[in-house]
Amino acid sequence: MIYFIFNQLTNKKTDLNYNPYLIRNIGNQIMTMLAGLFSVIAILPLILVLSYILIKGSSQISLSLFTELPPSPGLESGGIGNALLGTFVVTTIAAFVSIPIGVGGGIFLAEYSKSGWFAKFIRFGTNALSGIPSIITGVFIYGTIVVNRLIFGHTYSALAGGLALSILMLPTIIKTTDEGLKLVSDDLRRGALGVGASRFVTIVQITLPMALTPITTGIVLAIARAAGETAPLIFTALFSPYWPDLLSRDSIFSPIATLSVLIHNFSIMPLKAQNELAWAASFILVLLIFCLNLFSRLLVRIASK
Amino acid sequence: MDYPYLLRNRPRSEKLLDAGFKNLMVALASVVALILFAILIVVFRGSLESMGRYGLRFLTTSNWNPIDDEYGAGAAIYGTLVTSLLSLLIAIPLGVGTAIFITQNIIPWRIRNLIGLMVELLAAIPSVVLGLWSIFVMEPFIRPFLEFLHNYLGWIPLFSTPPMGPGTLPAVFILVIMILPIITSISRDSLDQVPEKLIQAAYGIGATRWGAIMNVILPGAISGIVGGIMLALGRAMGETMAVTMIIGNSNNLSLSLLAPGNTIAAMLANQFGEADGPQVSSLMYAAFVLIIMTLSVNIFAQWLVKHLSFKY
Repeated sequence: MIYFIFNQLTNKKTDLNYNPYLIRNIGNQIMTMLAGLFSVIAILPLILVLSYILIKGSSQISLSLFTELPPSPGLESGGIGNALLGTFVVTTIAAFVSIPIGVGGGIFLAEYSKSGWFAKFIRFGTNALSGIPSIITGVFIYGTIVVNRLIFGHTYSALAGGLALSILMLPTIIKTTDEGLKLVSDDLRRGALGVGASRFVTIVQITLPMALTPITTGIVLAIARAAGETAPLIFTALFSPYWPDLLSRDSIFSPIATLSVLIHNFSIMPLKAQNELAWAASFILVLLIFCLNLFSRLLVRIASK
Repeated sequence: MDYPYLLRNRPRSEKLLDAGFKNLMVALASVVALILFAILIVVFRGSLESMGRYGLRFLTTSNWNPIDDEYGAGAAIYGTLVTSLLSLLIAIPLGVGTAIFITQNIIPWRIRNLIGLMVELLAAIPSVVLGLWSIFVMEPFIRPFLEFLHNYLGWIPLFSTPPMGPGTLPAVFILVIMILPIITSISRDSLDQVPEKLIQAAYGIGATRWGAIMNVILPGAISGIVGGIMLALGRAMGETMAVTMIIGNSNNLSLSLLAPGNTIAAMLANQFGEADGPQVSSLMYAAFVLIIMTLSVNIFAQWLVKHLSFKY
């Protein structure tokens, strides 16, 4: 005690005091700083990419960007209207195909067979499918639908592109549906079954509505990802310099322009007007995807309240 | 005496509806397995012709000549492995370091959440946009640095060619940006799962923060982290657009990281549109190799996460 007071008075450090000059404490400081530096490096690309897209893209926003066709090589003015519409069409097709299959598969996994061999197999397949590179789905659709002209004799088409994207969306939707339904408490199911509801009614009227938010979140995220995908589209939906004729049936059976393929095609052209349009298209695409992401976050926040 | 309340008499239509609904769900779930098998079969069948002609020689030779119909994917396979492994090497310390930084009470939670959100948003940027950025912004910016590497370290085979725009190293950098979010978010989840008591115990016996991280927290979370790294490796192998736009698409096998290279995915993206005949079959063969590579990495990753998960 006297020793302690003496030390306090003379301000001498005892062993129990924090000594910043110990090797372990110096090492600690260095490692913390290093980790902080790594985090800064990790978020730097986002800031750099976003700010550049913002500066480059927002300066070109005008009405003609949305209403005009891309210029032919050598010409100056033009827009990306057809690609914007095309992205909408292709993503809608993909959503229409993948949502029923994905939600259905998720319902099977969560409601009918939680641990049977078939459910294990489907879970494994879902994980394996989510690990397959996006370009492979393009190769697959090319090898089945495009080459063999499976869709009424058409080759490259918006429908083929949409199908390729739907394969990409499937695993995400199945997983989120499965997880969402698992969160619904079993008491609700027993209650519903107890008052005499059939299995079908229980699922459709009780568990599905309860899990609607996580399922929707998953679907929105899957759509956001599909909207930005390029690789499966470059040889399934191809590209088109014209407007898709939405009123006629032919529009989904013929090649269609999309924002992502437009960015790819125009970025490798040595023409200034096309490069500028690629930046404008990136700006709109990133904006679209971030809005979808924020929307899904909003959904989660609403659900947690 | 009957018990009218015990068992409700289910009308026939209800039973039919129930069974029908269940069968429909089973059918929809089977679609996933069907698609997976269909992908494997279609790509395998497509590559049969090329497999028969070149056999395993396809994997090691690297001449890609559509005029003479001589094909070998050696350069592309080499490029796929080099770019993915090298990007992994850079992304692991960055990603795991970031994950530690945002899980271990080093900074206020608001900033932690912000960093976490930004890393996740980075994952949402489309590959093609990153490719565009890498062509027009990143590559011109890092070229002086690459020239410096060539001028002073040119005697190392890795830097033996002068940088001329697109090349393997810029592709590696863009891959790092693309796989960082995966490594960070999965590491973050595994680090969060380490029991709080364990960490407190480590601090209780006088460990410094990094003593606890290195000896207790990281070993506890390592299986999840390694699984995440493997998933990132699978993603890096299959990543297409950004790599295609910046790697230069040269089929000459070059050891130099500054020279243009190729990956399987980039080769597919570039040539499928205008390929015909034997070239399509060879591309399918390359696609099949890519599927096998990514699938095995992914399955191994899932096995790791499942079987080596936290055992405290």
